[in-house]
Amino acid sequence: MAEEKKTLLLTRDLKKHFNVGRGLELKAVDGVNFSIKEGETLGLVGESGCGKSTVGRTIIGLYEATDGEVIFDGMNIGALDKEEKKNFTRNAQMIFQDPYASLNPRMTVTDIVGEGIDIHGLYEGKERQKRIYDLLEIVGLSREHANRYPHEFSGGQRQRIGIARALAIEPKFIVCDEPISALDVSIQAQVVNLLEDLQDELGLTYLFIAHDLSMVKHISDRIAVMYLGAIVEMADSHDLYKEPLHPYTKALLSAVPIPDPDIEKSRQRIMLEGDVPSPINPPPGCKFQGRCKYVKSICKEMAPELEEEGENHFVACHMVK
Amino acid sequence: MAEVKSEPIGELELTQDMFKKVKKDEKAYDKIVRPSLTYWADAWRRLKENKLAIISLIILIIVVAMAFIGPLMRPWSYDDQDFSVINKAPDSKHWFGTDDLGRDLFVRAWDGARISLFVALVSTVINVTIGIIYGGISGFVGGKTDMIMMRIIEIIYSIPTLLWVILLMVVLGQGLGTIIIAISITGWGGMARLVRGQVLQLKQMEFVLAAQTLGADTSRIIWKHLIPNTMGPIIINLTFQVPGAIFTEAMLSYIGLGIPEPTASWGTLAQKGTKMLLIHPYQLFYPALLISITMLAFNILGDGLRDSLDPRLRQ
Repeated sequence: MAEEKKTLLLTRDLKKHFNVGRGLELKAVDGVNFSIKEGETLGLVGESGCGKSTVGRTIIGLYEATDGEVIFDGMNIGALDKEEKKNFTRNAQMIFQDPYASLNPRMTVTDIVGEGIDIHGLYEGKERQKRIYDLLEIVGLSREHANRYPHEFSGGQRQRIGIARALAIEPKFIVCDEPISALDVSIQAQVVNLLEDLQDELGLTYLFIAHDLSMVKHISDRIAVMYLGAIVEMADSHDLYKEPLHPYTKALLSAVPIPDPDIEKSRQRIMLEGDVPSPINPPPGCKFQGRCKYVKSICKEMAPELEEEGENHFVACHMVK
Repeated sequence: MAEVKSEPIGELELTQDMFKKVKKDEKAYDKIVRPSLTYWADAWRRLKENKLAIISLIILIIVVAMAFIGPLMRPWSYDDQDFSVINKAPDSKHWFGTDDLGRDLFVRAWDGARISLFVALVSTVINVTIGIIYGGISGFVGGKTDMIMMRIIEIIYSIPTLLWVILLMVVLGQGLGTIIIAISITGWGGMARLVRGQVLQLKQMEFVLAAQTLGADTSRIIWKHLIPNTMGPIIINLTFQVPGAIFTEAMLSYIGLGIPEPTASWGTLAQKGTKMLLIHPYQLFYPALLISITMLAFNILGDGLRDSLDPRLRQ
């Protein structure tokens, strides 16, 4: 990196606990720290239920954080008044996972894409229509699609409509909440390439949530690995793939298939024992202790902090020292 | 270009000039050929294919039209008495016969249709209005509010309709208004529960979250996203509520808790007809037939609508 870029988003000890009744709390996100620089893509990976979508939704303001703060462009988004909040929604948008559930079946494409324009009163009449046509063309659809309903489109086309909707109000930052996991592989590449092109053209910043490691590696500058509501490792994507430090990251990476039959044959998979513990009552100490083969007594007593172990390489493990 | 040898395949000989190079048109992949249909146009298209439902719809239109035209087709009004023609069987003058007070039953049957349909319509409109508002608030706000609001419905439901009617009769006296209120008091709960369930489900959908992310306020989310998506189930429920109300009115009138004389409704006509069943069976036959046909038509239409509006058939 030639010059130091500005930090756009920063989370400080972000926590989101859900009340699940009978006084129990589900700790979906339990102390997450990371930052994203302007124009950068941070990939957030982890298995189902580790809290990655909750992180995305809390950042965007769909959930109220239980504790900790999210700083966006110098503003604490937990303490915004109505006007600032509206301003924030203009700058931070989201692309959703399920292209079948994320578009209102009763609205035409024009109204779906134009919703943000209407809410923020950006354009009216002919200009609004032109802007919507432009947006459709930017995401690779055509203006003939404008008066159609979502059910007439394929999954990939629907996801493009979702992207156009997010772009309509010219945000700086977009949370991509598993935008490709509901699509088939050939369409995944199209959508990822579209997202990359848009980033280059419009200077967007992404938080890219996914569970497909190879796709995340392709799009991300840096990657954070989450396990049970906390980040266990965070590094530049090359470093993370070349030398993963945390035993969980190693296991995850060993599960990625290699597109070369000879190497693939000799690929050693690290199989993890047991299941992810319940986030309602996680074990004290390191959250990964029950499945880790390097576990020592210190792991059961103290939760490891995320510490820098190499240049820009952070890991939360007592055994990596 | 390499020379392409033409080889005979069966009878057909393929030569190079039968083929033409087509330019790859990326945009063409994304062309949608099917004509664009709105939700309602699509539902109507599917309903039209259901013959039984369309016949029911026509029958209902005829019944409603006759409720207005029927009484005008004969020279008598519903309470005109002619003592020279008491308990007369149907003939060319009195099409449905006359009752024990010499009133023309054709006129009374269609006049009764108007009263019955009026009761059904008004109580259904009240039920739907209260149901949508109550269920919508309950589902949207959720949490404790939802819990309390649903318990209130259960309490109201735990008191039988008949008891409500008797209690209301004591306070308000017998009449059209009392019946409408009685049906409405016990009828809106079902609609409220339906709407609540729909709203609870919809507000978690990603398109609602997307609207929130875009900064949409509550009223926009309710009117643009939630209500339009609950309309299908609401309309289906409506087609079952109307016959329910007709039947409740008939039932109450039949046991003598309904609309007082001389006003006619299908229930009161049926009740008077029962007394004469052994000597003049036609007096029960016509109101019973009308009630049955109308109920059947509403139910078949409701079924047809359910099939054509079913969200699972359309993604």
